[in-house]
Amino acid sequence: MSEPRDKDEKKKDAPLKPDETSRREFLGGAGLSVTAAALSGAGALLSGSDEAEAKATWGEWFQKNYRLMTEDEKREAVLRLEKRYTEEFGKKTTVDSAPAQEGVLFGYALNIQKCIGCRRCVYACVKENNQSRDNPEIQWIRVLKMEKGNFLAENMDKGYPDPAGIQVGGNAYQNSGVVLEGEHYYEPAEVPEKGHFYFPMQCMQCEKPPCVKVCPVRTTYRDPDGIVVIDYNWCIGCRMCIAACPYWARRFNWGEPNLPAEEMNPVTHYLGNRPRMKGVAEKCTFCLQRTRQGRYTACVEVCPVGARKFGNLLDPNSEVRKILDKKKVFRLKAELNTYPKFFYFMD
Amino acid sequence: MKPLIRFALDSSMYVARGSAIFYGWIIFLGFLSFLMLLGAYEQFTKGMIVTNYNDQVSWGLYEAQFVFLVGVAAAAVTVVFPSYVYHHKKMKEIVVLGELLAVSAVCMVMIFIMFHMGRPDRLWHLIPVIGIFNWPHSMLTWDVVVLNGYLGLNAVCAFYYLYMKYTGREVNKLFYMPLVYISIVWALSIHTVTAFLLNTMPARPMWFHSSLPIKFIATAFAAGPSMIILSFLVINKFTKLKIADEAIETLAQIVTWCLGITIFLGLSEVVTELYPSTEHSFSLQYLIFGKHGLTGLVVWYWSAVVLLLAAFFMLLTPSLRKNHKLWLPLACVFTFAGVWIDKGMGLVVPAFIPSPIGELSEYTPSAIEIVNTLGGWATGLLIFTVLAKGAIGVLLGEVKYRAATDLASEFSSEWQPVVHSSEEIRK
Ligand code: SF4
Ligand code: SF4
Repeated sequence: MSEPRDKDEKKKDAPLKPDETSRREFLGGAGLSVTAAALSGAGALLSGSDEAEAKATWGEWFQKNYRLMTEDEKREAVLRLEKRYTEEFGKKTTVDSAPAQEGVLFGYALNIQKCIGCRRCVYACVKENNQSRDNPEIQWIRVLKMEKGNFLAENMDKGYPDPAGIQVGGNAYQNSGVVLEGEHYYEPAEVPEKGHFYFPMQCMQCEKPPCVKVCPVRTTYRDPDGIVVIDYNWCIGCRMCIAACPYWARRFNWGEPNLPAEEMNPVTHYLGNRPRMKGVAEKCTFCLQRTRQGRYTACVEVCPVGARKFGNLLDPNSEVRKILDKKKVFRLKAELNTYPKFFYFMD
Repeated sequence: MKPLIRFALDSSMYVARGSAIFYGWIIFLGFLSFLMLLGAYEQFTKGMIVTNYNDQVSWGLYEAQFVFLVGVAAAAVTVVFPSYVYHHKKMKEIVVLGELLAVSAVCMVMIFIMFHMGRPDRLWHLIPVIGIFNWPHSMLTWDVVVLNGYLGLNAVCAFYYLYMKYTGREVNKLFYMPLVYISIVWALSIHTVTAFLLNTMPARPMWFHSSLPIKFIATAFAAGPSMIILSFLVINKFTKLKIADEAIETLAQIVTWCLGITIFLGLSEVVTELYPSTEHSFSLQYLIFGKHGLTGLVVWYWSAVVLLLAAFFMLLTPSLRKNHKLWLPLACVFTFAGVWIDKGMGLVVPAFIPSPIGELSEYTPSAIEIVNTLGGWATGLLIFTVLAKGAIGVLLGEVKYRAATDLASEFSSEWQPVVHSSEEIRK
């Protein structure tokens, strides 16, 4: 038993060391966690801000589910977070708590004909939404590379036909036509690659979200503007939602997130892109820190081919509504009745 | 209250004394539990990154134990039901051992739920009133309710029965029997709810079929009684308590038929999925044959098939089934191991492979997960050993309440010999 344990310890130590040093550099000792300080053995680093963090942590630990908080409690929680993040990341951080606007239901439309698989959206999203950069690496958008298969002459007679000479079950031993299995770890020198097309996926903000139904502590819920949000402070990390999401849209903070201070986006929302903690679920929120202020999501802004459209589904003149009216539109896994508000379309 | 304190004292004294084998067993289990504490510290401080879970396969070894052990807990009903509904005399005498097994199994379940949680420090969010409960929508909340209820029911029943026996009084049927009947229905409910927990997720086609709950019950009533039989055989060998062959035979029959049903249901599932062979059967294809060169669970699956079939044929043959020296225990071990594989890793892991976007990725538990899992089992067995030893003392009448007057007379008269020699007590 001792041998595998040792190996395991080495495996864990290796990625942890650079992380620790990088944290120390970035934080300049300001918001160093007590553990790290104890590890480095430098008592000098144990400054007053540690206490502040400890206090904030206790406050956070005892706070209520976000929706059940009174306005005062919400303000308190927000202030606490702003103070802590500002200290921890060394830049003035704001935590918005804007609720959903009246008469707005957000919808998204994506032109799969146009997508070239460049994944700029993926990285823009990571940058905007403060995901952990590595170990664990978290990305909310996934662009699947789909392979177009071939019909080959030499396969014409291969397959099930049995020795008696009468066919019994069709002859496909191989995929032919479009291969249904997506690949999202592709690394070509150039996109788009020949013989492929691309299929971006992210949280669909289902109208009937399975992830909400299964959550035992009601930490994830659908806001009136249709965005499914998570109160990160209330999530117990049971991962029911991850198992239930048919679009593989939820991510989990397996370890303490690694968010370098200089890459942190200080304009945050309580239910959206504020820095997360370990052991909680997270996912795309249609950049509610932007969209509730009337801006576009980061992925819409960055897409070089204009494949991504976003808008208010209740407004007949919005771009998404026009697309729904005029284009060939489909929803993914429609048979599951989750009613995504993320539409795919073709010209 | 005085008899209550004496009950606690007497039974702990009784449990504390034992043979070298007994101490060795306790120390072995204690050591594994200690390792688990180290593992738990590691996981709770660094996060679940110390496990091999990832976004693709986000449930694994821990959940496998959870699912399996809920079944073991539910299976206590295979002792309770014949005793009280069919008035099986021999069974009735030892029914309390079944209840204690249920208690220990639920404790193990709780341990694995702790390891499953990303934020165990926030588990209080799950407590009604101070937290919030997504009841009745979330299946997990149902599971919390039924598991805790079941733990309570069995603990109360077992304690009450033993305490009455200890003080030499009759159980109050009006109080006791309703609890027993409730616990019978409740046992079915805990496992059905656990099945529903997995079963109700269309995102995981492998779990999304209606025979899953019944298969859960069948496998539970095969694996659980196997474990009970094994512990009875151990008790027969190492203690003075003699468990009647009829009781063991009844349990063996239950194992046989539930195993038969399990095999049948497994076969139906395989045919239903693999004949049309739609995209929804990919998980099963991965499990049974491997897919795209990934074959991590294939050997496991087929070993479970072999174990279960072998056990079934051993149990079907009366001469083998009645052989308590070799064949019956062997069949029980096979059943237990086979179901553990089939309903553990074989059920939980492939459901996540492929992921909902069609991605195949394999999962092998990390060393920390394995240590924690072994520790969880050891802790549960430790609890069971201690509880069962105390219970056996009471059942044998070796732990008995003696009123103060009795004690006084015993001490005053020099004639009174010690009732049991130390040899006897050690047994
Ligand atoms: S896509 Fe998944 S995470 Fe998003 S709302 Fe639907 S079920 Fe929930
Ligand atoms: S992981 Fe968090 S958000 Fe997801 S179901 Fe569990 S408590 Fe709810």
